[in-house]
Amino acid sequence: MSDIASEIRNYAARFKAPRPRTRALSPHLAALEAESIHIMREVAAEFERPVMLYSIGKDSAVMLHLALKAFYPSRPPFPLQHVDTTWKFRDMIAYRDALADALGLEMRVEINEEGLKRGIGPFASGSNLHTQVMKTEALRAAMTRHRYDAAFGGARRDEEKSRAKERIFSFRDAHHGWDPRNQRPELWRTYNTRIGPAESIRVFPLSNWTELDIWQYILEDDIPIVPLYLAAERPVVERDGQILMVDDDRFPLQAGESPQMRRIRFRTLGCYPLTGAIESGAGTVEAIVLEMLTARTSERSGRLIDHDEAGSMEKKKREGYF
Amino acid sequence: MNDMSPAQPPERAALLERLTRAGERGVLRFITCGSVDDGKSTLIGRLLYDSKLLFEDQIKTLEKDSKKHGTTGGDEIDFALLLDGLEAEREQGITIDVAYRFFNTEKRKFIVADTPGHEQYTRNMATGASTADLAIILVDARRGVLTQTRRHTYIADMMGIRHAVLAVNKMDLAGFSRARFHEIVSDYLRVAEDLGFDTITPIPISARYGDNIFTRSDNMAWHDGPTLMEHLEHVETDAAEALEHPFRMPVQWVNRPNLDFRGFTGSIAGGRVAPGDEIVAAQSGKTAKVARIVTADGDLDSAGAGQAVTLVLDREIDIARGDMLADARARPDVSDQFAAEILWMAEEEMLPGRTYLLKAGGQVTPVSVTTLKHKLNINTFEREPGVSLHLNEIGVCNLSTSRAIAFDPYAELRETGAFILIDRFTQQTVAAGMIAFSLRRASNVHSHAMDVTKARRSELKGQKPAVLWFTGLSGAGKSTIANLVEQKLAAIGRHTYSLDGDNIRHGLNRDLGFTDVDRVENIRRIGEVARLFVDAGVIVTCSFISPFRAERMMVRELMEPGEFIEVFVDAPLEVCIQRDPKGLYRKAQAGEIKNFTGFDSPYEEPETPELHLKTADMTAEAAAEEVIEQLIKRGMIG
Repeated sequence: MSDIASEIRNYAARFKAPRPRTRALSPHLAALEAESIHIMREVAAEFERPVMLYSIGKDSAVMLHLALKAFYPSRPPFPLQHVDTTWKFRDMIAYRDALADALGLEMRVEINEEGLKRGIGPFASGSNLHTQVMKTEALRAAMTRHRYDAAFGGARRDEEKSRAKERIFSFRDAHHGWDPRNQRPELWRTYNTRIGPAESIRVFPLSNWTELDIWQYILEDDIPIVPLYLAAERPVVERDGQILMVDDDRFPLQAGESPQMRRIRFRTLGCYPLTGAIESGAGTVEAIVLEMLTARTSERSGRLIDHDEAGSMEKKKREGYF
Repeated sequence: MNDMSPAQPPERAALLERLTRAGERGVLRFITCGSVDDGKSTLIGRLLYDSKLLFEDQIKTLEKDSKKHGTTGGDEIDFALLLDGLEAEREQGITIDVAYRFFNTEKRKFIVADTPGHEQYTRNMATGASTADLAIILVDARRGVLTQTRRHTYIADMMGIRHAVLAVNKMDLAGFSRARFHEIVSDYLRVAEDLGFDTITPIPISARYGDNIFTRSDNMAWHDGPTLMEHLEHVETDAAEALEHPFRMPVQWVNRPNLDFRGFTGSIAGGRVAPGDEIVAAQSGKTAKVARIVTADGDLDSAGAGQAVTLVLDREIDIARGDMLADARARPDVSDQFAAEILWMAEEEMLPGRTYLLKAGGQVTPVSVTTLKHKLNINTFEREPGVSLHLNEIGVCNLSTSRAIAFDPYAELRETGAFILIDRFTQQTVAAGMIAFSLRRASNVHSHAMDVTKARRSELKGQKPAVLWFTGLSGAGKSTIANLVEQKLAAIGRHTYSLDGDNIRHGLNRDLGFTDVDRVENIRRIGEVARLFVDAGVIVTCSFISPFRAERMMVRELMEPGEFIEVFVDAPLEVCIQRDPKGLYRKAQAGEIKNFTGFDSPYEEPETPELHLKTADMTAEAAAEEVIEQLIKRGMIG
């Protein structure tokens, strides 16, 4: 973790004294970056209580990076909100805290204490209930308590079929619900930001980015990411074709199971018991991009929650999950 | 499994070189128009498949779905299924919205807007087209140019797309016939030639088999034009063309981290800018020079259309969100009256005279359509007369805004010529608008200051002027109460006047009927008359059903704060029918009167009236007393 900590400190220094680029961004990334910055500034100008939903993953890293750029030399004029299910990888939490500290950002952390007391967790309760209680409900609680009227999310349209139709400004009713038939037409870059009391808008500044764009941008613009994305020897067990990392001693090993050290990395990060790893030798961002150029498996296949049933992501969205 | 991974980290510089070269042509956004029957979804599926953008697990899911929901039957992949997203749509086998897809080639990243060919088509296609550089118009080689082909072409043109591709699909089913292709092309050019496209590129293809998509078709060696991908990779984008326009930047957000820094953030909509350039804040006419172009990657020597920047000026001039910074030598129009094409996107019809919110860039202002000059028939593009616009209808209108806005004609620069209209009650986006031209220049000269002012007139009368606006169903007691109120005011020496159906409908508004359009105009005129009375220092009572919230709000906004007092004269419909003082309900029941409020025309109750009188349970006298008390409480009378 010491490498990443110094990487993060160097990163934060960039936004105190900017250094001119030595090499221009790829033109398509420059276009995507400008579009995202435009979206973020619209939100800052038109909402009273915006927030950035921050999930610690690579998409959040890019989203935060864009916010730091959009408002430079000001700080982003909104806090970050993390929903902590208490089952995140330890490296994620360490990265989150180091980053917030180095950048001097307000990081709000929401934990569903009631769910904790009830003993809800991915092993005890299954992925559906765990996600519902510790993630969806916690997020809704945070949205309500802080009365956020706009919330940035890092979702991309290329992630999953139902997201291809998501607006950049996605309207939510007073119960944080998403009605696919009651969304506003979105023309040009003219976003309708008007809402009624208790209604809110989810804003997806990375809508038009693909997974490869994200990685290429991380590479070209030197954005620090959680080390779990990079291949290393880690203790894992294999279950139902998924490689799971034994991140702490809450992992209940079944009879005959014992963690093996394997060279793995993660394409997405979430709750460690629900996040499948891939075997990979890609220990650098460069290697990941190269691997991406020849990848044959889409990233969401590593997320266990999507496999519960077809169209499950859409159901979760209607309930307020990101 | 990991044997394929490189043992050594690749050479960073070489990789960056490769990636940057791969994306050198930036992003092209395009829209595909046509129905499933034309093979539109198959074409997009083919583009994703051939650009090797599908992962193995996605292909597996696709094969599984093809067996379950597919229409191709057997083992063949149904590409259309790649593009459906929402559950309900999947079950019904239709798409109902705009979906965005991504793929890239060695040269470019592509964003495809996929819009369905069913109901709501116009609205969805316009949405997708609003950000597109190019439109692919799909035609089935067997069926040729259809009404819908024309419709797609017109919408693409109206939305300002500069490049059209006529993709004649299913050439395999037309024997790859050169003659058939040329026949369709000449049919199409008759439709599209005189429109505003910069280029029209016909390409014969077979989406199902990939002919002339990525690879040149051996079956159609006679085709001497580009393949679809060759064309998509090389066509010029809007962003590139916008660089030729004079500099424009709508201000999004003022960046003020401390007292030493004041920057104006925005995305450059047109042209270029460099330190030293003289710019103008279009609305105020104040000029300054650009001192710095600030970004988090250091200051820039210049910036152009498409870039998001922060400008620091050499002097302090008053600039806020909504202002447009522009080249001082080539300024945009600034006007509160202009002509525009409007595409109506809401279930509730557009009524001339009604107030909506207009949003253009960061500018938001109340607006109304003053004249609907004509509608455009989307199938023939012929002009038709009309009094209102319904869902998916297009009209050419004159609009009038409360505040002057800065803009360019849409045909010159889309970003600064576009606007949306927002309903003030539902907050829904109800229309897309494209500005054609300014109707007059807004002048910064204020109207003549009158020697005798409203304040002076009020002073002479010893009262504060006001509008007492009585709204409610016919028979609720509006005129009766207003009459009593006027008597009471006169008794204490106040100057009053009453407006009601009798003195308005028979004179000023005798040309108006009772359609929704006429009702809106009726109230607009009454509002203007009431304003003149208030200006004269008079307390004016207005007794009108005035069924729509929007128009009551419009009148309220004509007055100064506190001058408009909305009195909701509230009686249940049954009570009003029973009273029926003018016998109108009886006639409505007999079908002799149409559009009667409460009967076959809606009444929208006030949400927060200044006074709510429930007349079923009180006498008119008591109601009038309450109004007087209200006036005393508000300090309108002593």
